[in-house]
Parts: sequence; structure tokens; C-alpha cells
Amino acid sequence: MRAPDSGLPLQFEHTRVEAGNRRILDIEALTIASGAPTAVVGPNGSGKTTLLRIGMGLLKPTAGRVTWGGRENAAATRRAFLFQRPVMLMRSAASNIDYALASADVPRAVRKRKISELLALVGLSDFEARPARHLSGGEQQRLALARALARDPELLLLDEPTASLDPAAAKAVEDILREVAGRGIKIVVTTHDLGTARRLAGDVVLLHRGRVIEHTLSGIFFTQPKTEEARRFQAGDLLI
Amino acid sequence: MNMPASVCIFSEELTYAVTNAIKFRGVEIVFLSAFWMLITGDPALYRIIGLSLYVSLTATLIAALVGLPLGALLALKEFRGRIAAVVFVNALMGMPPVVVGLAVFLLLSRSGPLGSLGILFTPRAMIIAQAILITPIIAALARQTLADLWVQYRDELAAMNVSTAGSVATLLWDGRFSLLTALLAGFGRACAEVGAVIVVGGNIDGFTRTMTTAIALETSKGDLPLAIGLGAVLLVIVIAINAIAWAIRRTGERLAGAA
Ligand SMILES: Nc1ncnc2c1ncn2[C@@H]1O[C@H](COP(=O)(O)OP(=O)(O)OP(=O)(O)O)[C@@H](O)[C@H]1O
Ligand SMILES: [Mg+2]
Repeated sequence: MRAPDSGLPLQFEHTRVEAGNRRILDIEALTIASGAPTAVVGPNGSGKTTLLRIGMGLLKPTAGRVTWGGRENAAATRRAFLFQRPVMLMRSAASNIDYALASADVPRAVRKRKISELLALVGLSDFEARPARHLSGGEQQRLALARALARDPELLLLDEPTASLDPAAAKAVEDILREVAGRGIKIVVTTHDLGTARRLAGDVVLLHRGRVIEHTLSGIFFTQPKTEEARRFQAGDLLI
Repeated sequence: MNMPASVCIFSEELTYAVTNAIKFRGVEIVFLSAFWMLITGDPALYRIIGLSLYVSLTATLIAALVGLPLGALLALKEFRGRIAAVVFVNALMGMPPVVVGLAVFLLLSRSGPLGSLGILFTPRAMIIAQAILITPIIAALARQTLADLWVQYRDELAAMNVSTAGSVATLLWDGRFSLLTALLAGFGRACAEVGAVIVVGGNIDGFTRTMTTAIALETSKGDLPLAIGLGAVLLVIVIAINAIAWAIRRTGERLAGAA
């Protein structure tokens, strides 16, 4: 059971985001509950990143509500975000994690141990002292994941964490996410890789033009999609 | 220095002789004489150099304490009138030193609001004037540098719930090597200006005379060796400091992985 002040479920109610006079997100109702990972899929520009940013509290909706565990202004202390293109601080790999630990008020005495654990988890133990910006793209992606996990999140939002990775690196990240999900951390991940969604997710949200077209269990989504859009999306001919 | 008295007298006499000589000989002698004053450690010359460095370095330190956080805030804090504030600070970069000198003079003069401090025509007044002169330079250049860094860091720091104060500290720390350039520009400007220090310092021999005010005075008196010696020292200091800062920046950035 979650503590009573849990930030889950994450709920959207009549949530709209407008930029200029364009509506880029328009969600009637969406509930993301604790449990297996949720995959958010959809064509380019369908609003996946926007949805995640709203879910993190980085962006305020133009209209409607977003709640975490029923509260609109819940503290973001136990949420973490992995950006589509993560930016490393101009420090060593270890210091990048140390920074995240410090910002989450983790006492100095335990930080060193946590840094080692997190680097080991993402397979970067040998890179501790290396300037983070000198790591390869895939290594930076894993370091960013470790940095997000340093916040000890209950809700981890990941924006296309495997998009720029080769198959082996993508699988490595997938394995880490599966392990993390096993610890009870709720994962919401956007992806273009339907294979990743199929292997990882418990439920799938299909976005199209800012709207939720379908939100079903992963097994159902991939075998007997309810909507025409979901069928066409999986066939590769649903465009923005 | 522990030179025997006789040597000192000898050196002073010689300096005097050489100085006089240039009035009748050519320009080479002027340079030789300037060089001679430098290597013999002419006390008047070194007092002037020492005071200049003390005043300008202290002013740079004070201006950095104000200007760097101010630049960082202008880079990252969104508030109404930010653009106006940025334009204003940029415009202040071009303040004429004499005008700053005049303002500080009025502030510190006997009947001015801070007249009771009694620091007009002292090195302190010069430090205040130079600090005011270069704070906008450091703030404006720091803002430019840090605004670029902030574009990269903004989302990540927001996702880590970092406060404004924490973000300022992070920007200043991670941008420290690039910020050296801003500090140097401020220090260079402080070292090079005449107008502010001459108005609030008064160019008093042995007390508030700096390299630039001495050069101005000695040139007008026709004592070219001292003026040229000081000019040479000024150039060497500026070049040396830039070279050192450049080296620090290069190595630092490489080690931190910025480049
Ligand atoms: N700040 C903004 N101003 C104007 N339009 C924006 C803004 N942010 C996003 N958009 C638009 O909103 C739409 C959704 O963008 P979003 O980044 O959420 O899409 P996405 O599903 O993540 O796309 P991708 O798969 O390419 O990452 C796009 O058409 C985008 O151009
Ligand atoms: Mg996106």
C-alpha cells in the first residue's frame, strides 16, 4: 500500500493546453494509476511530450485540472522526469547524480553510497569520474536515468528514453526500467517503438492530435484495438 | 629590499641623471631609462603599481560579488520589465568614467550624503568609483554567458525542483570558467580608466596616484620615462592576466567537460 500522501494516481480532467490559438492537448479524462508501466504512443506532434510535461507539473494547463493523488498542488518531491534530450550538468558523471541527490535533500553521509548504487544499476560504474558531457549519447541517456532515479520517485516520467539508442542500448534501458518498475515505481513512458511498448507496458494510451483515442490494457491494444486509429497507427499509416 | 644605502643612492642618482639625459638625447634613451627604473625597482614606480593593482582588484572583487548574481538573476528570473532591466544594465556598460567619478565625488564630498565618512581623496573612494563603473560590465557579460547556459539547464533544474537561489548558484558554478572573461573585462576596464580615479582620488603623490593618473600627469609634465615605464607595466599586466585567465579557462573547461 502507498502512503496516504501518495502522488498517485495521476489524473487529467478536461485538461487543455493551447499555444497561440492552437489546441495542442485536449484530454477529457485520463487516469494513470500505480502498477505496471503506462506507454503513451502516437504520431509525431500528437502531444506526448506535452502530456508528460503536464504530468510532471512543468507546464500548467490552459484549462482543466491535473491532480496527483487527488491534490492539484501536490509537491513534486517524488516525481522525476527523463527528457527526450537530457542535458548533463558540466560536471562528472558522479557529480551529476550527487546534484540530484542533494536537490532531493538526501543527507551528504549516504550520497556516496547511493551514487555507487545508481551508477551500478545503469552499468556506468567505471565512468564515475568522467565529465558527463564526454559520455556517448547512450551512456548519457543511462546517466540521466540514474539521475532521475536519484530523486527516489514514485512516479517516473520518461520521454522517448530509447529513441536515439541502438537495439542493444535500448534493451539495456528497457531492462533497467523493468527492474525499476518491479520496485514499485510507476513508470509513464512515451515511445515510438511499439516493441518497447508491447514488452514493457501494462496499459497503452494512444494520442492523436492532442486527444486520447484509446486507453486500454497492452494485451488488448496490440491484439484487438477498439478504434480504427489504433489499427492504422499500428499498421504505420496514421499521420498527424 | 635589503640593498645597501649607497647602492640605493647610486641608483636614484643614476635614474635622475638618465631622466635628465633624455631631454637632450633621443627617444631610445627614454626607453632605456624606463627599463632601468623597472629593473632597479624604483620605489615611486612600484608604489604606484601596487596601489593601482590594489584598487582595481578590490573594485573587481566587489563588483563581482554584486554583478555576478545580478547577471545570473537577469538571465534566469522572469519578471515584468526584465528586458528593460537588461537594456539598462547594458547601457550602463558605456558610462563615461568621469561621470561616475563626478557622482561618487558628489556623494562623498563634505556636504554630500556620505560626506561624514571622510573618504574622498583616499584609495577607498577610488575603489568605490571603480566598483560602480565595472559592476554593470560584469553583470551584463555574465548575463549573456549565463543566459546560454540557462537555456540548456532550465528544464532539468525545474524537474529537480531547484529553487531560484539554487539555480543562480548552479549557473555561477558551472559557468565559472566562462565568467572569468566577464571578470577580466571588468578588471581591464578598472585598470585602464583615468577619469573616475582622478576625480575622486585627486592623484595625490604617494597616496592616490595610480598608473593611469601618473601617466597622464607625467606626460603632461614631460617626464616621459616614468610615463613609458608605467605604460609598459600596464600593458604587461593586462597581457599576463589575460594569458593566465585563458589558460585557466581552457584547462578548466576541458576537465569539467564543458567543451
Ligand atoms: N511551446 C509551444 N508553442 C507552440 N506549439 C507547441 C509548443 N510546444 C509544442 N507545440 C506543438 O504542440 C504539438 C505537440 O507537441 P509535442 O512535443 O507534445 O508532440 P510529441 O507527441 O511529443 O511529438 P514527437 O513525437 O515529435 O516528440 C506539436 O504540434 C508542437 O508543434
Ligand atoms: Mg516529444
